[in-house]
Amino acid sequence: MMEWEAVIGLEIHAQLATRSKIFSGASTAYGAEPNTQACAIDLGLPGVLPVLNEGAVRMAVKFGLAIGAEVARRSVFARKNYFYPDLPKGYQISQYELPVVRGGRVTIQLDDGGEKEIGVTRAHLEEDAGKSLHEDFHGMTGIDLNRAGTPLLEIVSEPDLRSPQEAVAYAKKIHTLVRYLEICDGNMQEGSFRVDANVSVRPAGSHAFGTRTEIKNLNSFRFLERALAHEIERQIEVLEAGGAVVQETRLYDPDRNETRPMRTKEEANDYRYFPDPDLLPLVLEESYIEAVRAELPELPDARRARFVADYGLPAYDAGVLTASRELADYYEAVVAAVGGEPKLCANWVMVELGGALNRAGVEITASPVGPEALAGLLRRILDGTISGRAAKEVFEAMWAGEGDADAIIEARGLRQISDAGAIEKLIDEVLAAHPQQLAQYRAGKDKLFGFFVGQVMKASGGKANPKQVNELLRRKLDAGG
Amino acid sequence: MSLGPDEVRRIAWLARVAIREEDIPDYARNLSRILDLVGQMNAADTEGVEPLAHPLELPQRMRPDEVTESDQRERFQAIAPLVERGLYLVPKVIE
Repeated sequence: MMEWEAVIGLEIHAQLATRSKIFSGASTAYGAEPNTQACAIDLGLPGVLPVLNEGAVRMAVKFGLAIGAEVARRSVFARKNYFYPDLPKGYQISQYELPVVRGGRVTIQLDDGGEKEIGVTRAHLEEDAGKSLHEDFHGMTGIDLNRAGTPLLEIVSEPDLRSPQEAVAYAKKIHTLVRYLEICDGNMQEGSFRVDANVSVRPAGSHAFGTRTEIKNLNSFRFLERALAHEIERQIEVLEAGGAVVQETRLYDPDRNETRPMRTKEEANDYRYFPDPDLLPLVLEESYIEAVRAELPELPDARRARFVADYGLPAYDAGVLTASRELADYYEAVVAAVGGEPKLCANWVMVELGGALNRAGVEITASPVGPEALAGLLRRILDGTISGRAAKEVFEAMWAGEGDADAIIEARGLRQISDAGAIEKLIDEVLAAHPQQLAQYRAGKDKLFGFFVGQVMKASGGKANPKQVNELLRRKLDAGG
Repeated sequence: MSLGPDEVRRIAWLARVAIREEDIPDYARNLSRILDLVGQMNAADTEGVEPLAHPLELPQRMRPDEVTESDQRERFQAIAPLVERGLYLVPKVIE
């Protein structure tokens, strides 16, 4: 049986979060009534001229700097010619031979804890097309050009990825990065972040590339992983049966978990790129690039490393907490408000808060429990007012909007018993009620210690401070009294 | 360089231009002459010459990222052959 190796490269289209379009002053806001945000330039009416949006250029430069790429001092816009009704000009303005961002690297974290560098070939600016709606319009197609002219950054990776898992790790890395940079909202459902994958297989150890297929329609990380896994398996089956992989574009169907060829147009693509005579070369001064560099926020890799170094967090926790800028900000606000205890804060943000956000399908920025409020709860765990178990109940009540931690603790009587005298009294009662177990314990059956702890906790209605119960019980039993 | 009738048909198709069959020899001759001119230019030694992206030696000016356009859908759609529910209607495209 031959060993196969997959070779994967991704093309990611990130919609840039500008207010206006890349070549016109029409709004890019999502969800407007059809064609209310499509101006004469977006419609390609005769006589209009594109005027480049500085905001889009700045965002592309930010991305280039963040991945250590060369930001081109001079880049050129080109026309990519093809006919489709949602592309009214008959060409898409893109960049071809001279893109604005050239070469760069991102580091991905692998499942085994290792790291791998993935090359970014290029990132170029281009305009998005409109949308075709193939629903029922009496056998016709409806065209909405609101999206036409929305700025895109197309980010092309080197074929450095070797498995669906690596491809997902890379896509997530770019996703995290564009959101940290605030250049793209990353919303995959709305199409703000779209991933196409090029994939081929070859015998392990071979350096030649096999014939590749391109998979489109991957609008979630899960679909990306599943579509690649399926396509790799399909190609291996074709080759092992003595067949040949056909170079083609395939669509992923998540309902059937399969890829199938797109109905190909009659002719192979022939885009006839040439420099757009309506646009002069984009020239970026050193001072401009340096000004953008000065605006860069702390990037995810640096922040993750700082979380490990400054807070002593495990690499895993640091990775989870820095996956988005908002989550990392939230976590740091909790630590600051608690005044330390970074690991306790990490556990609560990742487990209790993270779980609640997931269940409710709410973004961290819309969390009903803010960082100050969560810190208020954690302080009550730290000062012994409540047990960890009671804290979970308090958190749920806070999530439900019942007030702050202190109010809920009082209202529900969750304050734990930390009075040594009261706990000792409970212990005496429990020991008196279980003379047989006490005798067995004294005879050497050590594991009955847990039984006594449980009984004392039960007698206290769960409110006794478990740490104190342990200490006092140990002292009492070992004292032989 | 000499183009044949099939190449002329393909070029016309790519440009979505309808041409008459009897005009094809003329198109073939004229397009071939353009290609000959390109061939002549290709023969020139351009070693060390920066490719020209635009005849104007000026950098692109940029505009600030501001919304300056308002909704003029009604005006634009008044000249469209078919519209419905705000959409432009076109013959069915299959993808």
